[in-house]
Amino acid sequence: MPEAGHRTELTRRRMLQGAGVALTAAVGTAVIGLAGPGGTPAAAAGPGGGDTFDELYKGRRIQGRPASGGGHHHGSDYTVLIDGEELHVMRNADGTWISVVNHYQPHQTPRALARAAVVELQGAALVPIA
Amino acid sequence: MAVRKNQATLTAKEKRDFVDAVLQLKRLGRYDAYVSTHNRFIVSDTDNGERTGHRSPSFLPWHRKFLLQFEQDLQSVNPSVSLPYWDWTADRTAGAGLWADDMLGGNGRSGDNRVTTGPFAAGGGQWTITVRPDSRDYLRRSLGTGVAQLPTRADVESVLAVQTYDAAPWNSSSAGFRNQLEGWRGVNLHNRVHVWVGGLMGTGMSPNDPVFWLHHCFIDKLWAEWQRRHPRQGYLPTTATTNVVALNTAMKPWNDTTPADMLDHTRFYTYDSAF
Repeated sequence: MPEAGHRTELTRRRMLQGAGVALTAAVGTAVIGLAGPGGTPAAAAGPGGGDTFDELYKGRRIQGRPASGGGHHHGSDYTVLIDGEELHVMRNADGTWISVVNHYQPHQTPRALARAAVVELQGAALVPIA
Repeated sequence: MAVRKNQATLTAKEKRDFVDAVLQLKRLGRYDAYVSTHNRFIVSDTDNGERTGHRSPSFLPWHRKFLLQFEQDLQSVNPSVSLPYWDWTADRTAGAGLWADDMLGGNGRSGDNRVTTGPFAAGGGQWTITVRPDSRDYLRRSLGTGVAQLPTRADVESVLAVQTYDAAPWNSSSAGFRNQLEGWRGVNLHNRVHVWVGGLMGTGMSPNDPVFWLHHCFIDKLWAEWQRRHPRQGYLPTTATTNVVALNTAMKPWNDTTPADMLDHTRFYTYDSAF
């Protein structure tokens, strides 16, 4: 799981922001474990949204950063871009992430989600969020 | 009264009538509104904000109403059509009749996952994807790639055994039948099937793949089965609750239908068998 290391990059601010969500998730998952659809444990160890990244992945530029406010950030205060176009992302109560192209399969971090979107897009461009 | 049947038992004529009615709605320009509505709700339904169609108690009544509306639209084209369901515990492979040329067509091809067979293939010119997340305008599938196995009958039985309909905090982290059926917790039923089909079924615009309706028809049937097995349990919450739809609250976008209105499916249709 290549994303595991990024959890250590959390800023204190993000950890504090995520504390309430993490607590809710801990209560909600106390009894029932979850095997994610891809075989990945979907109960995140903590908030992953503090992971700011900007990299080239399979030829696409993927960027992620805390949102500066406004825009189309339903359910998320985090922005993911693929070649400069916004990928609609959403954070689940347990700290995992989904996007408009992987809407039924949680990923551990925004970076993992962005990479999964690149794989799914197979070179296609995102349509601007309406 | 319509009887919803297992797609595996449909006659050749029933398959043709269903497929033709779906294609006709597309031709008439009435299909894509369903795709838009679904995506609009799925991107705005959040765990900490208002949520109606997904990750919330009204996931089941909302989709029941959504399917009813689509089914009535199909029936306006051909009154003899009803929605078939896909029992994915039984028809578990890409070789199932569901994916044959006389029904939904086959898997996507390697490389770009483009569906090239059946009535919804790009080359047929009858199924251009217009409401879409990206630049590709053709139907895509990648059966069994995102996750190898569809849920089993034992998986379904384990979820049907859950006593309570739903529980606070009424979202994707909840314990209860609804969330295990939806698939954010437990063995994962509904979400897993979207991922198993892959392509557009994995996106917020999943109704672009007509298998959406057959999958959700089976989810709807499983809700009816849970009700049959747990006659003393019912929809929760029953009283006004922040951000979610209570038993007697009207659901968007219709604003004239409550979860209570949707509890008894036999007012509208029946299923050919119990699970």
